[in-house]
Amino acid sequence: MLVLTAVATIGGLTLALASLLVVANHWLHVEEDPRIDAVEDMLPHTNCGGCGYPGCRPFAEALVEGVVLPGKCTVSPPEEHILIAAYLGVDVGAEEKRVARLACAGGANVSRNHARYVGLESCAAATLVAGGGKGCFWGCLGLDDCAVSCDFDAITMDRHHLPVVDEDLCTACGDCVTACPKDLFSLHPQSHRLWVACRSQEEGDEILDDCQVACTACARCAMDAPGLIEMRGNLPVVDYTKNRFQSAEATQRCPTGAIVWLDAKKGTVKGRAARKIIRQGSLREAPT
Amino acid sequence: MNIFRSKTFAHGIHPPESKDDTSGLPIRQFPFAPSLVVPLSQHIGKPAVAVVREGQEVTRGQCIAKHDGFVSVAMHAPASGIVCHIGLTPSITGKMVPGIFIEPFPASTQEIMEGAACDASTADSEEIVAAVQQAGVVGLGGAGFPTHAKLRIPEGKFVDTLVINGAECEPYLTTDHRVMLEHSVDVMAGIPYLMKATGATRTIIAVEANKPDAAETLRATIPDGSGIELEVLPVKYPQGAEKLLITALLDREIPSGGLPLDVHALCVNVATTAEIGQLLPHGKGIQERVITVGGPAVKNKGNYRIQIGTPLRFVLETVGVEDDITRVFLGGPMMGQAVSSLDIPITKGTTGVIAFTTRETGFRDGHPQYPCIRCGYCVDACPIFLNPSQLGLLAEQDHYRRMVDDFHLMDCFECGCCTFVCPSHIPLVQQFRIAKAAVRKMKVTA
Repeated sequence: MLVLTAVATIGGLTLALASLLVVANHWLHVEEDPRIDAVEDMLPHTNCGGCGYPGCRPFAEALVEGVVLPGKCTVSPPEEHILIAAYLGVDVGAEEKRVARLACAGGANVSRNHARYVGLESCAAATLVAGGGKGCFWGCLGLDDCAVSCDFDAITMDRHHLPVVDEDLCTACGDCVTACPKDLFSLHPQSHRLWVACRSQEEGDEILDDCQVACTACARCAMDAPGLIEMRGNLPVVDYTKNRFQSAEATQRCPTGAIVWLDAKKGTVKGRAARKIIRQGSLREAPT
Repeated sequence: MNIFRSKTFAHGIHPPESKDDTSGLPIRQFPFAPSLVVPLSQHIGKPAVAVVREGQEVTRGQCIAKHDGFVSVAMHAPASGIVCHIGLTPSITGKMVPGIFIEPFPASTQEIMEGAACDASTADSEEIVAAVQQAGVVGLGGAGFPTHAKLRIPEGKFVDTLVINGAECEPYLTTDHRVMLEHSVDVMAGIPYLMKATGATRTIIAVEANKPDAAETLRATIPDGSGIELEVLPVKYPQGAEKLLITALLDREIPSGGLPLDVHALCVNVATTAEIGQLLPHGKGIQERVITVGGPAVKNKGNYRIQIGTPLRFVLETVGVEDDITRVFLGGPMMGQAVSSLDIPITKGTTGVIAFTTRETGFRDGHPQYPCIRCGYCVDACPIFLNPSQLGLLAEQDHYRRMVDDFHLMDCFECGCCTFVCPSHIPLVQQFRIAKAAVRKMKVTA
């Protein structure tokens, strides 16, 4: 008898609550466009945020709503964009591939440290201890915060402790931009070929004691490309709105190779006048 | 002192004091460096604006940069010489900041130029605030907050008690100790300015019990009926933090994110007070300060009166260092900053230059960091009742927002008690600094 009561009570309760759920499901049902799920499935599920939306789902919602075009997704290949565009019956909206670029070339073979940093192995931590000990305050510390932050393994550290971006893998999600405490990364379309790989604000040749590839603010590049490059705060700034005038000519007279031409085939090309760096060992064994 | 009502704060730690090497040594004048650099930003707030040109000759004590806005102070030439260059110089944060490079004339008598005097008995509160700003006085205890900005009391607030901070709880440092001993008259001369500017009726000078000679000297110089009292506090770190000092002395707790003003108190460092007492009657500006040069790696330890702008390299070369020197700190070992370059100049906020050898720093370098065992030592040590253990665990997961919203990260003033007691050698303070920097960055970009 006791068993029966128990079974009946629990069974009745289950039935009552289940019917409540059924009713609630009908009453509170939210109509959702089934295309959102379909589109989300076609997206890469990385939730990187490179498109400017918080994740793949919100991006899919925006796609279905028609406020954005599939080309905005920086992760999936063009074929996927075409699939989504065909499914939704919209334009692909192809955008030029953007990549993260590092504004520093001061690896261990060309730059000096004033002090050795001991502590948590992270750029964020080292920066807070008197700037990290690197001779150039603006330069890359090489403790791979950016490589750790990259979800796509697009950043690797080379043997001189300088991050190298694999442009094929880079999705321009911007994680390295936030991770770098020295703000050395920025996102650029691949067609931006003229690149100033230095952030040093110091004027004159003194900085060369600390880094052999630093910009000395000689302004030769600005003279050779008037209108396109101007000197601002002891650094050349390329006006990328006039990108169609760019040429490797501006880099030719740079004495240190701080301004480079990023060639599609040959990679980073320095100007003719740039000092050749043949040292492979570390310059960093410097005393306090 | 009555032990039954000993005034102090809860929690805190007792690190080795290590003050005996220099506490008995009188203040000595330091030689002029061949080249001095005066950074334009030695204080919290807007940098000063240079009013000299390259190639201009300046007299010691002459104003070479004027204040820009209210939270900013003037700079004065530390030596008679020639301005050879105005450009970037490394600073304690590692950042390159603009500075004025001065080469002193080798044969100059280096007499100090005087300006318009400010008399405590006749000047009104506004005049004193302006005079303190013009004298370039900032908190000499290390923070470098412009003192005049504290002295101007906003509408609707009042100050009844002025606290003169002579706790000097940081190990190795003995500058405040020597200033109290040798410049007690200046301290007493400075207090009337502060009381008049703020309208405080009562002043308490707080000295820790490990400086009985300083306490006696000050007690002997207190004028009758001046409303100045002297309180001797038990030795504990971080007693010199103004929030804790006010809690210890007045039993008033400053609210989270608040200022001493919220509990009608104001805290000024004793060296700052002495400097005001010394400068204002003659209308002079700060061009030198007392600094402890010490630590096991220094050969001629002592308390020196060093020109602002003297490069660290010159200081260490002059006093001589051991061959196995590894680390140099500006300030004490607990809250001081390790330096990354010896080209950094001495600034107004430098309390000490402490150098260590491999013997002191070596053991921790190779020491592994263990996981948190939740022993709670850090919770018992934290003077402001935070939970460093929990904060540390969150920091490892990068949960910065939770650290701020749920665990009051922003109240942490990085005294280092938690890291000092941690048996697992977890660099808690460093993690908190990263978290704070990340949160500040988020706020800027948001």
